[in-house]
Amino acid sequence: MRAEPGMTTTIKHLLIAAGCAVMTLAAPLASADIEGGKQVLRRANGADPSTLDPQLATGAWESNILVDLFEGLIARDPAGNIVPGVAASWERSDDGLHYTFHLRDDAKWSDGEPVTAGDFVYSWRRELSPQLAAAYAYMLFPIQGAEAINRGDQPADTLGVTASDPHTLEVTLARPTGYFIDMLGHPSTFPVPERAIEAHGSDWTKPGNMISNGAFELASWVSHDHITATKNPEFHDARDVALDEVRFLPIDDARASLNRFRAGEVDMTGSLPLGRIEWARENLPDALHETPILATFYFAFNQRPGSVFNDRRIREALNLALRRQIITHQITKLDQPSAFSLVPTAISDYDGPQFDFADQPMAERLAKAKALMKEAGYGPDHPLELTIDTITNPDTKRIPVAMAAMWKPLGVNVTLQNSDAAVYYAKLRQGNFQLGMAPWIADYDDASNFLDLFHTGVPNNHAGYSNPEYDALMDKAANTLDATARSHTMAQAERVLLDDYALLPLYFYIQSGLVSPRLSGWEENPMNDHPSRWMHFTQD
Amino acid sequence: MLIYTLKRLLQAIPTLLIVITISFFLMRVAPGGPFDGERQLPPEIEANLEAAYHLDEPLPMQYLRYMGNLLHGDFGPSFKYKDFSVTELIMQGFPVSLEIGGLAILLALIIGLPLGIAAAIKRNSTVDYLVMGTALTGIAVPNFVLAPIFALVFGVLLAWLPAGGWNGGALPNLVLPVVALSIQQIAYIARMMRASMIEVLGSHFIRTARAKGLNEGEVIFRHAIRTALLPVMSYLGPAIAGIITGSVVIEQIFGIPGIGRYFVQGALNRDYTLVMGTVVFYGVLIVLMNLIVDLLYSALDPQIRYDD
Repeated sequence: MRAEPGMTTTIKHLLIAAGCAVMTLAAPLASADIEGGKQVLRRANGADPSTLDPQLATGAWESNILVDLFEGLIARDPAGNIVPGVAASWERSDDGLHYTFHLRDDAKWSDGEPVTAGDFVYSWRRELSPQLAAAYAYMLFPIQGAEAINRGDQPADTLGVTASDPHTLEVTLARPTGYFIDMLGHPSTFPVPERAIEAHGSDWTKPGNMISNGAFELASWVSHDHITATKNPEFHDARDVALDEVRFLPIDDARASLNRFRAGEVDMTGSLPLGRIEWARENLPDALHETPILATFYFAFNQRPGSVFNDRRIREALNLALRRQIITHQITKLDQPSAFSLVPTAISDYDGPQFDFADQPMAERLAKAKALMKEAGYGPDHPLELTIDTITNPDTKRIPVAMAAMWKPLGVNVTLQNSDAAVYYAKLRQGNFQLGMAPWIADYDDASNFLDLFHTGVPNNHAGYSNPEYDALMDKAANTLDATARSHTMAQAERVLLDDYALLPLYFYIQSGLVSPRLSGWEENPMNDHPSRWMHFTQD
Repeated sequence: MLIYTLKRLLQAIPTLLIVITISFFLMRVAPGGPFDGERQLPPEIEANLEAAYHLDEPLPMQYLRYMGNLLHGDFGPSFKYKDFSVTELIMQGFPVSLEIGGLAILLALIIGLPLGIAAAIKRNSTVDYLVMGTALTGIAVPNFVLAPIFALVFGVLLAWLPAGGWNGGALPNLVLPVVALSIQQIAYIARMMRASMIEVLGSHFIRTARAKGLNEGEVIFRHAIRTALLPVMSYLGPAIAGIITGSVVIEQIFGIPGIGRYFVQGALNRDYTLVMGTVVFYGVLIVLMNLIVDLLYSALDPQIRYDD
C-alpha cells in the first residue's frame, strides 16, 4: 500500500478508525488474476460498447472486444504486424485489382461449423445493404460494386466478391487499393454467422445467441457492467491461447480506471487522467506505457469562400507562431511529438515531408509570422478577430487558451467557443466555424487514411480545402500499384498540402495506459491493437 | 380514497402527454443530430441511417409514429446502444439504480432524521452547531468530489472495499456508492427536519400538550415528530424519484450499471429514443411518488382527509 503524498498520519489514523465499522462488512477482496488455476484477464475498456455486431460497431472500445470474439481474413500479432487470420495465404493479380484468399481448413465457428468463403460473401453483402445502415460500410467501397449497392442502386449479388469453393475467396476491386490487406483487420470486414442472424435478428449478439470465430466466445453481457468472453475451444489456434477468460469492464472515467488498477481490480487500462501522468511515471513505472499511435491532433482552418483563412499568409503565420512543445509539455503533459505535418511519423512505409520552418529558431519564426500578418493587413493596431471552436472538455479547452496567448503578439484576438460533441461536429459539417479542432485517429496503417481527408469534397474535409494539384496527386497515388512509387506520390501530395499551410497540426498522439507487469504478450504498437489471445499471466 | 387515487392517476395522463410532446420537439430542435460524430459519414450512408430510424419522415409523422409505438409500450430501439431496445436498457438498469438509491434514502432517513430532531431539541447548543455545520459541508461537497475520494481512500489506499464494480450487487460493492449517494440527502433531511421540528415545538398544540402535563418524551415522540415529518415527506417524494433513477457521477466513478447515465449520455448523444424513454419513465415515477406522499400525508396528519 502506498500513501498519497501529503496525507498526514493523523488523517490516516482517523480514516482507519472510521473504516473499522465498514471493514466488518467487507468480504475478502478478490485480486488474483489467476483464479482457481484459471487465467482471467480484466480489461478496463473505456465506454460501454454500443453493439457487438462487428459490422455496426464504430468505436475503438468495441474493436478491442470484437478482435477477441471474431477473426477476419488477417489478424495482428502483439506488435501489430499482419499475420494470417482465417486466410492462410493470399495473392494479388498484377493489375492490383484482383485478390484470391485461401482460407485455412481448420477455421471454425464456435458451434463447430467451418468458416467458409461463403461466410465472407454473405457478411460483406450484409455490411453494404442499405437496410443495415452500417456507418463503416464505406470501408468496403474499394470493392467493385460496393458503393452502388450501398446506395441501393444495384442488387447485393453484383458485389465483386465470390466464393469459388468453400476455401477460396475471390475479390475484385474497383480500383487498386494499396491498403486493402491492412484494412481487413478492421472489424467491419469480419465474418458474421448467417444462421444466428437469421434465427435471432438483431438479438444475435446476445449471449447464448452469438456464434463467433475468434479466440474467445461471448459468455455474458450486462450493459454498463461487464462483458465476459471465455476461451473458444473451436478456435484453430486454441492450443496456444493461454487465457481462460477475458472480462471487459466499461469504465469510462479515467480516474476510476486508475483507482481500480491500483486496487488490483483490473489488469489493463486504456487511458490515464491527464493530471496523473507525472505521478504514474514516478509511482507505476513498470505498468505505465506511453505509446505513439497513428493519430494527429490538428485544427482545421475553414477555407470556404468568404473566410479570412483563404489568405495563405494568415495560415502560415499562425502555424509559425504556434509553440507546439509548450502545449504538449505544459498543458497536455504527455510530451507528444510536435506535429509539423498531417501524417504521423509512426505510419508504415511512408517518408513524408514536414513544414519548412520545423527546425527554425522561434525568434526567426515569430519575426516572419509578424511580417506575414502585417502584409495581410493585421497587427496589434488592427487585430484579426478569430473564434476557435472546441468540444466541451476541460482537457481540450485549455489548448486554445494557450494558442490565443501565443498569437496575441501577432495581433490576433481570440474568442473561445465550446460546444458538446453533437453540436460541435454539426458545426464542422456545416462549415459554421473559423478554426476548429479536428482529431483524426487512423482506421488502418496507411498514409492515405490521413491524406484523403483533404481531397476536394470528401465527407471529413472539414476545412473545405480544395486544390486541383493535390487532388490529382492523390488520384495518381490511388491508381499506383508499386508501393514505393505510391508512397512517393503521396509524399508529394502532402508537400503541396503543407506548402499551402492547409491545416494547423499540433501533435501526434501518445496513448497512455497501465498494464500489469505480470501480463506477458502485451506489446506497444502504433495501431494500439491488443488481442487477448497472445497474452498470459506469469506466476510472479 | 380509492376514487381519489384513480382521479389522480387519470389527471396524470394529460400531464405526461404534455411532458412527452414538449420533450419530443425540444430534443429535435437541439442542434446536432444522432449521427454527428468525429467521423462524418458519406451522404449515402447517412441517408441509409436516417431511413433506418425514420428520421427522413416529416417531424409530425415521426411524432405520431412515436406516440403510436408508446401506446403499445414500445420505446423503440436506442440510437446509440444498437443491440438493446430502450425498454431493455431501462429494465436492466433500473433495479440496480433502485437498489442503490433505495438504500441511500433509507440510510439518509436513519441518520438524517435523528440528527435533525436532536439538533432541534438542543437548539443553539454545541450538538446543534456540530450537526448543522456538518450538514452544510455535506450539502456543499458535491458527489463528483466525494465519490473519487471515497474510491481512492477506501478502495485503493486502505483497500477495505472494492474501488468500483457492481459484482451482481454484492454487499462490499454497495457500501461506497450508497454512502456517497446518501451524504447529501442526510444533510438535506437533517436540516429540513430541524427547521420543521423547531417550528412545531413552538406551536400552540405542543404548548397545550406540555401544559396538560405530558412528559417531554411523549410530547416529542407522540406529537411533534409526526407533524414535523410532513415537510420532509413532501421533499421525499420527488427526491426519491430522483435518487432511484440513478446518478451519473456515482455510476461512472464506481462502475454501477444503473440508468442515471442514460439521462445525460442520451441527451449528449442525441439518442432521441433513449432520452424520450427516460423522460417518460421519470415522469411516471414522479407522478407515482407524489401520489404516495399525498396518501401518506393523511396517515401522518389526521387533519388531512381525502374523502371519496
